[in-house]
This record gives sequence, structure tokens and C-alpha cells, in this order.
Amino acid sequence: MRVALQVTCLNDALFPDVGVATVRLLERLGVSVEFPAGQTCCGQPMVNSGYLDEAVPLVRAAVEAFSGFDAVVTPSGSCTGAVRHQHAVVARRTGDPGLVAAVAELVPRVFELSEFLVDVLGVEDVGASFPHSVTYHPTCHSLRVVGVGDRPERLLRRVRGLRLLDLPQAQECCGFGGTFAVKNAEVSVAMGSDKARHVRESGAEVLVAGDSSCLMHIGGLLSRQRSGVRVMHLAEVLASTEAAAS
Amino acid sequence: MSRTFVGMPPFPDAARAALADSQLRANLARATATIRSKRAAAVGEVEAWEALREAGAAIKDATLARLDEHLLDLERALTARGATVHWARDAAEAAAIVIDVARAHGVDEVVKVKSMATQEIDLNARLAEAGIAAWETDLAELIVQLGEDLPSHILVPAIHRNRAEIRDIFRTRMAAAGRPAPQDLTDDPAQLAEAARLHLREKFLRAKVAVSGANFAVAETGTLVVVESEGNGRMCLTLPEVLVSVVGVEKVVPTYRDLEVFLQLLPRSSTGERMNPYTSMWTGVTPGDGPQEVHVVLLDSGRTRALADEVGRQVLRCIRCSACLNVCPVYERVGGHAYGSVYPGPIGAILGPLLKGVGSDEQVDSLPFASSLCGACYEVCPVKIDIPSVLVDLRAQVVDHHRGDRVPKAEAVAMKAAGWALGDARRLGVAEAVAGVGGRVLGRPSRRAAPGGRVALGRLPWLGERWTQARDLPVPPARSFRRWWSEERGRR
Repeated sequence: MRVALQVTCLNDALFPDVGVATVRLLERLGVSVEFPAGQTCCGQPMVNSGYLDEAVPLVRAAVEAFSGFDAVVTPSGSCTGAVRHQHAVVARRTGDPGLVAAVAELVPRVFELSEFLVDVLGVEDVGASFPHSVTYHPTCHSLRVVGVGDRPERLLRRVRGLRLLDLPQAQECCGFGGTFAVKNAEVSVAMGSDKARHVRESGAEVLVAGDSSCLMHIGGLLSRQRSGVRVMHLAEVLASTEAAAS
Repeated sequence: MSRTFVGMPPFPDAARAALADSQLRANLARATATIRSKRAAAVGEVEAWEALREAGAAIKDATLARLDEHLLDLERALTARGATVHWARDAAEAAAIVIDVARAHGVDEVVKVKSMATQEIDLNARLAEAGIAAWETDLAELIVQLGEDLPSHILVPAIHRNRAEIRDIFRTRMAAAGRPAPQDLTDDPAQLAEAARLHLREKFLRAKVAVSGANFAVAETGTLVVVESEGNGRMCLTLPEVLVSVVGVEKVVPTYRDLEVFLQLLPRSSTGERMNPYTSMWTGVTPGDGPQEVHVVLLDSGRTRALADEVGRQVLRCIRCSACLNVCPVYERVGGHAYGSVYPGPIGAILGPLLKGVGSDEQVDSLPFASSLCGACYEVCPVKIDIPSVLVDLRAQVVDHHRGDRVPKAEAVAMKAAGWALGDARRLGVAEAVAGVGGRVLGRPSRRAAPGGRVALGRLPWLGERWTQARDLPVPPARSFRRWWSEERGRR
């Protein structure tokens, strides 16, 4: 099985450790993952802001970069959702039947990380060790767009030493929302402040989620508040072992 | 006096102001949490809920696909049963019809059943201009009207008010509109309801003309349906001699049997009840029983414009339950007024632009962006309106509308630049290298470390302020993932 990593532009540029963790995790599980260098961004920042034409070259780059792979793994629910539901919209707008067909062919091969681990590899115990108290935020796009269900929690529960604590009102949006975070910055921060409060109420040392974008937002608030709670991507926790504890 | 939403500021400005209102935030958080849990319980006990949603969406879609035929059927059925059918292209035409009916009976007042269509067309203000007083008889609408306020929710328009505020409004304002509230009125709900009941009863018994909307209009039989909780609607629909109902053209359903689906979906989604207390149905004129003169105004007012929108037309499935408002994290924090329309919340953010047209003004164009696209609205919608997808499509329409602008917005320039950099992996690699250098430069003076130890930036100037006003930002790393891969794995 040829497996590609779709690292996402945000992880590539700002959170490379998430990409590195995903590679190490997959390699530990016996998957020889490749990073097609032609990939850039899923185009969601443009599409969700209304700039569909600007997303066209990105969608073209994606279908080209990931052609020939059996599976494309993405450490992001949001970017997985964008490929599944928005690439077709962008492709239709070009009126290029070749691109429409290429997108339709790509979509079923794309998996969010927890989907790939649980559904494709069939593992829940990934052999990780992380002796910390953790709370999990199910990001909106993982939960409601991709529908990862409880896969991330199932994976976290099998991590040695990890104590999974309940997050109050877990399913409520953190307020990131892409450009919403700056276009409606005050509302975004109001939502994020409530999320940060719930994280602190959980008593966890570490907030875990499957999207670096939401973590950047909630983590930015937790950092500003000097809360002492750090944020980590699901891949980073699952990549942690006793030999190399985070 | 009735206020209108004309001239409201764009969403971000209105929202910023609303966020600072701690009373509003507390009232909304409490009220939406209560309705949310009631709805969840009422929906949770219906095993075939998903099938019901599918059925509701399918009936509406099929009806909208042949709307013209169903409307003509409705007109025929209504006329055969003694009702007079009027067609109104817009708000002004609809209001003129209502005014004509009132004048024909020489009245200077009408009683009203809670109705979104009449709110949408500013009927009360238009009637007032014609010298006709319109008395709202729904408790929450009465609170809004007496307070010279604006509705902030589709189902519970005074959701932004608490009991103490309502008592004050009743004590100071009721006398000018009719029977005054007792001066020793407390904020006990039973006392507040009794004051409203006595105040309204005078109006029910005096009014000759009533104005209503309708939740559904059955084409097959010519039956109109009003679903309500308080019984004020039943009073208005049965006591006066004349009844005028303003009905959006999307309210038509083909058959009586279709109500089976919607009368299950609506109450559970809106008030979280298995069945609403009052469901009134009337079919034209029944001699000797109820209003002896019945008018129905079929209202377009942008609905055919929405119908022409391939992605957006699903908005016409909406049955005004407001489940989407109650689960919306944005609505919960800013309230309804920030949306500058009688239709607030997620549904309002798409319905307003679809009815009025993208590009009609800055306020309307700000609405599709008033969402974090979390998808909670889609999840609860009883007729499966994919609100997030419609929002994204409307955003593209707003952007496309401005593509020809002589001076492009800063955002358009930024998106073009981002699209260029992200359009090619080599360009992205260069951008990341530059950001890495920038990160080292910016990170050096910053003594801020995020939990976990990574260097973070505090307050940045200009556009950076929008992010960093309340959130730290990690500095770009020296080595992007791309570079890590080529250095650590690339040579294998």
C-alpha cells in the first residue's frame, strides 16, 4: 500500500512537529509513508472566504501530488473535510471535466488520521506512552463534517499512562473558523474564552485535538491567560513513546 | 411606535457592541441552554427522526420544484371555499392590501397573531403610517412592541429580556396601549402572564380585523395552519369578523397528509415539545363560525429570487423553528439584533442575503461571514438545510460581486497573494524559509513562551492585532516540515 502524507499548509509552515509526529507514528506502525513535495494547501482558507478562483491551482496541485497513492493521510479533520466536500465545488467552477473526474477519484482515498489508524490499519493501541492528564476537544470539522466519531478517544484511551478527562460542553465550537477568527475577531475570542475556561475546568495538563488550526486559537488564548495548559495535536500524543517521552 | 431594522450596522460592528452587554449574554446563555436541552430530549425520543427530516426536506423540495402549480391549486381551493386571494410581489404591495381591507371596514386597529412574514415586510410600521394601530398579541411580541424594541429571535423574540426587565416594561408602558399593568406587579411569571392576559383580552374582544401569517398552506384543501403556544392566535383567528393572512409563497404544501410530517418536526424542533398547545386550521369561510371575511395575501418579497439560486434555494424549506439559533455559538454570544434583520442566527445569515440579494448593501453582505462554519445548525435543522454550504456559496457570491471593484479590498489582495504562494510548492517553500527567518528575528525580543516552551508573539501591529489582541501566536519555526522531510527522509 502506497501511503502519502497530506501534512496541511498550517502544519508545514507553523507546526512541523505535527507532521514529524505523524510520520514517526505511521512508520512505527509499519507504514512507509511518503511526502509528495508538490502538495501545498487544501484551499479551504480561500474557499471559506469566498475566493474560489484562487483555490483552483491548489486543488490542481493536490490531485496531481496525490495521484497514484492508495491512501492519503491527513492530520486534520478540517482539511480532510475540505478535500471531501469543497474540492468538487472548486473543480465544477472551472468547467474542466478532467479536474472534476480527478477530484472524484481522489476523495475516497483521503483519510483523517484517526480514521486511517482505526479503519484502514485496524489499530487502536498504537503503542504510545504519555503519562499526563489530557482532555480532548472534538473539533467541529472532525466531528460534524468528517464524522470521526469516537475514534480519537478510543486511540487516546489505549495510550499508556494517559488519563483522559472530560471536557465540559466539548462539542461546542472553539470559535476559530478560519478567517472568522480575524473578520469577527471579538466573537471568535468570546467563543474561544469559553472553550479555554472549559479546558481549565477539566483539570487537564494538556488539551488534545485533531486540528492544529483550532489548537492554535485555543492554545493562543491559554498561553495569553498564562494558564499553564499546553496544547498538542493527537498525532504528537500518539507518537510519544516511553523511549522518547514528550 | 414600531422600530425597524433599516440602517443597522454590518455584523462585525453590531456584534462587537452586543458582546459587551453582560445582561444580554447572561439572558441568552440561560435561555438557549434551556431550549437546547428541551429540544434534544424531545427529538431524542423519536426513533425515526432522521427519516422524518428526510421526508420534510423531500416534500419541500418537490413542492418548490413545481411551486407555480401548487400555488395556483391553493388559490383555486381557497377561492372555492370563500376566501379572497391576493398576490403581492413585495412588502409595499402586501401592506397596501392589508391597509385596503382595514379601511374597507373603517377600523383604526387590528389584532395580530405572531407572524414572521408580517415582521419581514414591516407591516406594523406601514399600518401605523396609514393611521392603523397593529396590536401584537403574542406575549413576547407584546413585550417587544411595548418596549419599542426589536425582536431578537424567531420563536422567542424577547429572549434578550429577563423577567425584571419585562416587569419594568409592563409597568411603564402598558397604560399607553390600553389596560395598565397593576402598579404592584412583581417579576413572578404568573403575575406577568396575568397582566398581559387582561391587557390583551380587551383588544381581542374589541377588534374587528385580525392579521396573521400561516405556518402551512395546504394546496389540496385551501387550509391554512397556525401553530402556537399561548392561545392568542386562536383568539385572533376566531373572534374578529375579518381575517387577513400574509403567507410567504414557500409555505404551501401539496396535501393535507403532508402536515403529518411537519407537525411532528416543528414543535419538537422549536419549543422542544411533542405537540404544541394550539394548532388552528381554517379553510376559507365557515358560515356562522369564525371570521366571515377571509383574505389570503400570497407574498413573494424575494422568495422567487431565492428559488433561482441553485445552492441557496434549500433555504425555502425553512419552517421557522429556530433550532439553528438555539445551537449557534455565535448567536448565543451576540443575540439576534446583531444580524440586523427579523431573521437572525444561522438561518437569517443565509435567508437575508437570499431574499434581498447579495450586493444590496454592506450589512447584507456581512451576514454570510457571521459564522465559524461549525455545522451545529445543519445537524439540528428539521428540514436538513445545509446552512454551512449555503454560507460558503454566498461568500463566493459576495466576493465575485466585488471582483470588478476599482480598488480591491486588502483581503482580496492578501487572498490573491496567498493563492499565488500556495499555488506552487516551490514558492511555498521559499515563503516558509522567509517566515522562518522572520520568526527568528521576531522571536528574539519576545520573552514570551507558550505553555510547552515554544516562543510566542504577543501583540502585533496592524492586521496582526486582530489575532493577537487576545491570543498569542507561535513564531514560525526555523525549519518547515517540508525542509525536515527533505533533510531527514528525502535522501533515503
